[in-house]
Formats: sequence, C-alpha cells, structure tokens
Amino acid sequence: MIRKLTFAAALLAATALAGAANAKTFVYCSEASPEGFDPGLYTGGNTFDASAHPVYNRLLEFKKGTTEVEPGLAESYEVSDDGLQYTFKLRQGVKFQTTDFFTPTREFNADDVIFSFERPWKEDNPWHKYVEGASWEYFAGMGMPELLDKIEKVDDHTVRFTLKRKEAPFLANVAMPFASILSKEYADKLQADGKMNQMNQMPLGTGPFTFVGYQQDAVIRYKANPDYWGGKQPIDDLVFAITTDAAVRYQKLKAGECHLMPYPNAADVASMKADPSLKISEQEGLNVAYLAYNATQAPFDKVEVRKALNMAINKQAIVDAVFQGAATPAKNPIPPTMWSYNDAIEDDKYDPEAAKAALEAAGVKDLSMKVWAMPVARPYMLNARRAAELIQSDFDKIGVKVEIVSYEWAEYLDKSKAKDRDGAVILGWTGDNGDPDNFLDTLLGCDAVGGNNRAQWCNKEFDDLVTKAKEASDQAERTKLYEEAQVVFKREAPWATLDHSLAIVPMRKEVQGFVQSPLGDFTFDGVDLAE
Amino acid sequence: MLRFLLRRLAVLIPTFIGVSIIAFSFIRMLPGDPVALLSGERVMSPERHAEISHQLGFDRPIVIQYLDYLWGVLRGDFGTSISTKGSVLEQFLQLFPATLELSICAIIVAIVLGIPAGIFAAIKRGSFFDQSVMGAALVGYSMPIFWWGLLLIILFSGILQWTPVSGRISLMFFFPQVTGFMLIDSLLSGQEGAFKSAVSHLILPTIVLATIPLAVIARQTRSAMLEVLGEDYVRTARAKGLSPFRVVGVHALRNAMIPVITTIGLQVGVLMAGAILTETIFSWPGIGKWMVDSVFRRDYPVIQGGLLIIAGIIMLVNLVVDLLYGLINPRIRH
Repeated sequence: MIRKLTFAAALLAATALAGAANAKTFVYCSEASPEGFDPGLYTGGNTFDASAHPVYNRLLEFKKGTTEVEPGLAESYEVSDDGLQYTFKLRQGVKFQTTDFFTPTREFNADDVIFSFERPWKEDNPWHKYVEGASWEYFAGMGMPELLDKIEKVDDHTVRFTLKRKEAPFLANVAMPFASILSKEYADKLQADGKMNQMNQMPLGTGPFTFVGYQQDAVIRYKANPDYWGGKQPIDDLVFAITTDAAVRYQKLKAGECHLMPYPNAADVASMKADPSLKISEQEGLNVAYLAYNATQAPFDKVEVRKALNMAINKQAIVDAVFQGAATPAKNPIPPTMWSYNDAIEDDKYDPEAAKAALEAAGVKDLSMKVWAMPVARPYMLNARRAAELIQSDFDKIGVKVEIVSYEWAEYLDKSKAKDRDGAVILGWTGDNGDPDNFLDTLLGCDAVGGNNRAQWCNKEFDDLVTKAKEASDQAERTKLYEEAQVVFKREAPWATLDHSLAIVPMRKEVQGFVQSPLGDFTFDGVDLAE
Repeated sequence: MLRFLLRRLAVLIPTFIGVSIIAFSFIRMLPGDPVALLSGERVMSPERHAEISHQLGFDRPIVIQYLDYLWGVLRGDFGTSISTKGSVLEQFLQLFPATLELSICAIIVAIVLGIPAGIFAAIKRGSFFDQSVMGAALVGYSMPIFWWGLLLIILFSGILQWTPVSGRISLMFFFPQVTGFMLIDSLLSGQEGAFKSAVSHLILPTIVLATIPLAVIARQTRSAMLEVLGEDYVRTARAKGLSPFRVVGVHALRNAMIPVITTIGLQVGVLMAGAILTETIFSWPGIGKWMVDSVFRRDYPVIQGGLLIIAGIIMLVNLVVDLLYGLINPRIRH
C-alpha cells in the first residue's frame, strides 16, 4: 500500500512539475540520509533538517539566526507565579498540510499538542512503541519525563503544562525539534488503518513545506505548503540531494547541481571564496571544544596543576593549524553567541615559562600524561589528532611528556566517561537549545560526573549557581548567576577551553534569504533564488 | 550433473551457518555500544541504558540471541534497524538494485575490455602493447578507489563538464521505482531525456568500480593464454595449418577460460567491496553506503543481515560459476 501511495505521489508530483515549467526548485546537498521522518524518535541534526524544520512547527520557535524563542504554534504563553505552570494560547486558523496521502478535515488545536507530548511521555499511549525500539531519546535526554507533571486542555485553543519543579530552560526545550507538533487526526487515521509506521515515512505537519517523497539514501522532495500560516514560500520545490562526501558536495555546488551545502572541507574554503559563482555565510557556531582533565586523579586534582597546563597551551596555534582560522580560541565554556557569555573574564595567558614555574611550585616533576584524541571530525574539532600533537609539543616545552591515545568513536565516548579514566580528553559540545544550562549544567554539573562531565569535576559553588539559575525564571537574574558560574569555572580550570568554531555555509550567488542558525540547523523557510 | 548440483548445495548450508555465526559474533566483538550511540555525544543514564538494552533483547545470553536471530532469518525476518527503526530486509531490497545495476555494468565493462586485452597481450607477448596493457593493469589494480573517483569527478564533471558529479539521475526526473534499475525505470517512465541522464550518471561510477576487476581479468587472461599457447595441442593445431584465429579463438581460448571464469566469479566479492567506496564517492544509494553507515552506528541487525544476504549472494554466484565449469570442462563434473 505504501508503495502504491508513493507511486501516486510521484505521478502527481511529476505532473505538477511538468505543469509548472518555471517552478523554482531549490536543491540542498545534504550530508547524510535522515534516519526517519518522525523527529521525536531521533537525535541527528540532519534528520531534523529533513523532518522537523521543513514539515513541522513547534509551540515556540527559535527566532531566525538567534537562540531566542518566539511564538510559533502558540501565540503567547503565561508563566504562573510559582514558576510551575505554563499556559500556552494556541494560534487559530492553522491548517495541517493537504497531501495525496491525507486530507485534514479540521484545523490545528489543543488535541494535537497533547497528543504530541503524550506520545513520547506516556508509556500506555498507543504511539509510545509504534516502531520497534522507539526510545524517544531527545525527550528523555532533556529530562522531560521527570519534569512534566501534567498537560491539560483548558479549551480548544489553550493548553496548560504543569511541571514538577521550576525549570526555566523548559521554554527552550519546547522549541526543540523533538517537540514538533503532529496531527492527531492523521495519527488516528493511520492507527485505524493499521499503518502506524507511515508516521515515520510520510510526515504531515503544519510547516512551510509539504513532504512529497523520499528515495532512500538519494533524494528527498518537498513542495511549498500553499496553506502555510506563516505565508507562502518564494520557492516552489525543495529538494535534498544526499551527498555524503564533502569534496563531492563542493563539485556539485560548483556545477550548479545544488544551491547550498553544509560542512565544507576546511581546505576548500579558500577556493570557494575565490569562486565568483559562490558566496559564503559564516557564523560562530554554538559549540565549544575542550581538553578535560580528570579532576579526581592526582596530580590533576590540584587547581594549580590544571592552571599551569592551561597556560602552556597555545590555542591560537591550534585554531590556525586545525581550522585555518575558521574558529576562535575559547576562554569560557559557553560560546560568545550565547546570552550570559561573560566577556569580562580574562583567559589564562599563553606563557610556557610561567607555566613551568607554576608546575614546579605545585611540586610536580617529571609528569607524564595521556591526551585523548577523538578519531572523528566534529564541527567543534576538525582534527583532534593534530590538536593533540600541538598540545603534546606545548607540554613538552614545560617538561610534561604526553602520550596521545585514541579509540574508535563509540568506544571513545564510552571509555572517556569513566570516573577513574587516565588522562585528559579532547571533546566538545554543540548546543541543543541555546540555553546556557545546556552547557554549564549538562557538561559540568555534579549530576553529570561519570557521564557528560568528562572532567569528573564536582564543585559545590559552581553547581549551586547553575542550579539556582535553572530555577529562576527572570532572565536578568539567570544571566547574573551564569556569569558568576563562568568566573568559578575559570578559577578552577577543570578544562582547557580550546575553541569555538565558525560554521561555514557555501552557497551559490543566486541564493537569497538564507539565514544561518546558531543551533546548526539548516532551514529553508523564506529562501529564494534570484532570476 | 544433478548429483554434482546437490553436492554443491549441501556444502552451502554449513557455510551459510558459519557465516551467520561469524557475522553475529564478530560485530559484537567490536568495541562500542549501539545503545549508547543512540544518544550521540549526550550520555545516557545507566537506568535508561538498561531499559533500552532490555527492549532490544541485548541483555539475554548471546547464544539465545543468536538462536533467536537464526530462527528469524529462517522465517525471512532479518530484524529491525536500531538506528532507523526500519525493516532490514525491506531496506536491503530497496537499495540492492542500485548496487546490482552498478556492479553488472562494471563487470560487463571489465569482461568486455579485460579478456580481449589479455588475449592480445598474450599473443603479442613482450610487445609495446603487452607492456602498456600490463602496466595499466598494475596501476589500475593499485589505485586507491577513493582518490581515483575524485580525480575523475574533478576532470570530467568539474573541468570538462561532460558528466554529472553524482547521483543516479538528474533531479529533474522524478518517476516511480518499478524495477529499481534506473536504466529500465527511466525507459519505462517515458520521460524525454531520462534514459540519457541515467546513462550519463552511470559512466564514472562504472569506470571506477570496473577498474580493479578489469585489471585482474586482463592479467589472468594473459597468463592463462600464455600457458595454453605453449601446450602441445596448440602446437599441433598450428602445425595442422589452422588459421591463427581458429588456434587462438577455439583451441586455446576455451581451455584458458577456466581460470578466467574462476577469477570473474571471485570478482563478485571484489565488486561488493569496491561498491562501498564507489557508492560513497558518487552518492550512489546502494547497499555499500548503507552497510558502512551501519558499522559506524553499530547497527547490529543491519550489519549482520546485510552481511548474510551478501554472503548468500556471493555463494550463489560461485555455485553458478562451478556449474559453468562443468559445462566448459566435462571432466570437472565427475
């Protein structure tokens, strides 16, 4: 049946394409296949680019080009005085997409919101296990099951969420891809027809683009949603041409086979800038790369030792060698694009002599240590092996011998969590929702020791500040607390902060209206092609 | 002949079980945990980890897991992908035609060019032609596929703009998948220019994938021919005054073909291995790329399912090759 439906979809699209000879088609050379089309089930950014962003909306959305939230399917919201109740007023007149596989009979309402949140949350919901192995990883990872107390429909256009504890980042969570709003009517129909799997193959939402078809590992097609509440799109068709290799993506871009590509090779950027048919958008990514000491193991349990090592690292050299300048040295654990970034903090100055003296003063002699280098390139660290070699030679200058170790990626992530891990680990983080809590508490909180807290560092002063900031709902107050937390972090130096990378997006000259997201998403709402 | 066939089939069963044990156990020996990978760099709590492992059945004894898997395979159930949550068999069937189409084109190119090149090199042994063919074969055999593919793309797609960079067909064309073979589907679609577009997309990946088998077949044909050409019966045939064409084409070639056919049969494995890299460079949506992605994700059901099906196919191809020997050389039948 699915095959028949796809067939019908294809025929329809083919006729539509033939009919509109001048249709504007925007082609995006995406870097990987989506895991599926139900954004609740997955964690991969490329999966969200193909599902959550084009097809769906959320109650709140991230304002284009920022990490601030703005109204989406909810027109407004109110927070109760105790900070536990969030009441969302829903937008009226929002239509779900009409496709050849489903025609909605009603507009978006509170039932859709409740359905979308109960699905990952309530184990007795028929959709909780609708695909084998559904684990709702992001919903769980952001702590939603422990946070939510109840969700009620006040009326057709009002929904109230009650939380178990105060948590300001909740609003940012609601804007994340996993919190996309699905159509309950569509879900009910699929359930009645015994075709629940289709939810993950043929998505249907309220977003700017309507899903047309997916040819596995090759092409995804969408067309502009004519009923979109945010207005009609300037382009008619959106196509994702899945192209895994960065060098090949660049060749396709040059040949005009696609209009925009993610993640270029650092080595290609210079020639891209020189190409008159291309242009480049650059933005500091919402990320950080770090070298995490193990603060529970001697001699790294001493602040003085960590500080001394930090002074020995020439970060600028790493940025130059690894990123060819497409990054900035990091002084704080959160990136400069994030609110509450404390720019008043001074970085440990690169000074091998002082570092050597400090190490001696701390009573450390003939130190030899391991530095872990990630085996893969991530946006925040393109070549960890190279960075580790530079750190090795930096440390050598102050008499510290470094052995570089590496493991296969899955093993690396796993082994580096161990509390008794030997050595300092190069790793990094890309923000999920633009909230400082998502860096400071997630990566450095006491609860995260043995997990995301690779420094195994638990500092009461820091932890109290971060916890207090999480519970405060006033942004100014939160900002102050996070600024203080960064001061404590710098003083205690559980990490050597290495860099924040620039996200570089090459595109063809004719592309207009593309706004880079600091969250690393690729969204094509509002994108146009000049004639 | 029937007994020969039955005997060969009987060997296949233990081989298949052996492969399934290797596929099942080796993947689990790889470090890295598929459950932890579900959450990426974000660390999963131990309770959640245990819960998901239980859901996936990873907390059971490995022998039970294996028997359960084997029972599923016997009923045609190859399990569900951990990362995409889709059926392994369905995904395989959807992607395999792309790999098959590319592999068939590549092996045809390799045979059509490789055998004549080997024959002529043997006849003109020591000539300039012989030396260039063997030199080219050595280069082709040693060339890293990834580098070779990229080089061709930059030259033919980038600079000369003769061929498209990657993919199976231009994005302009959009028609339903009927057979999964783009050359056939593009003809069936009746859309003008679709077939041409499909062919132009096939050229570079076919060259890249054919390179190694072509080199191997040419070298094998040459050495087999040289051996046969020195045999007494060839000399007798020449002495009888037969035309050189008959001597080489009928008397020598038929006997020289036996090791060549073996080699061609073995190239199926080489093609599958080469397809992995070729598909990655040319964004070719086949099983090679699918398998590689699954290894990185430690997607056990996909890796073991994919390995088993591919191994099954290679075994069948080798069976067919064995039967072909029987046709060419009746002595082998007994």
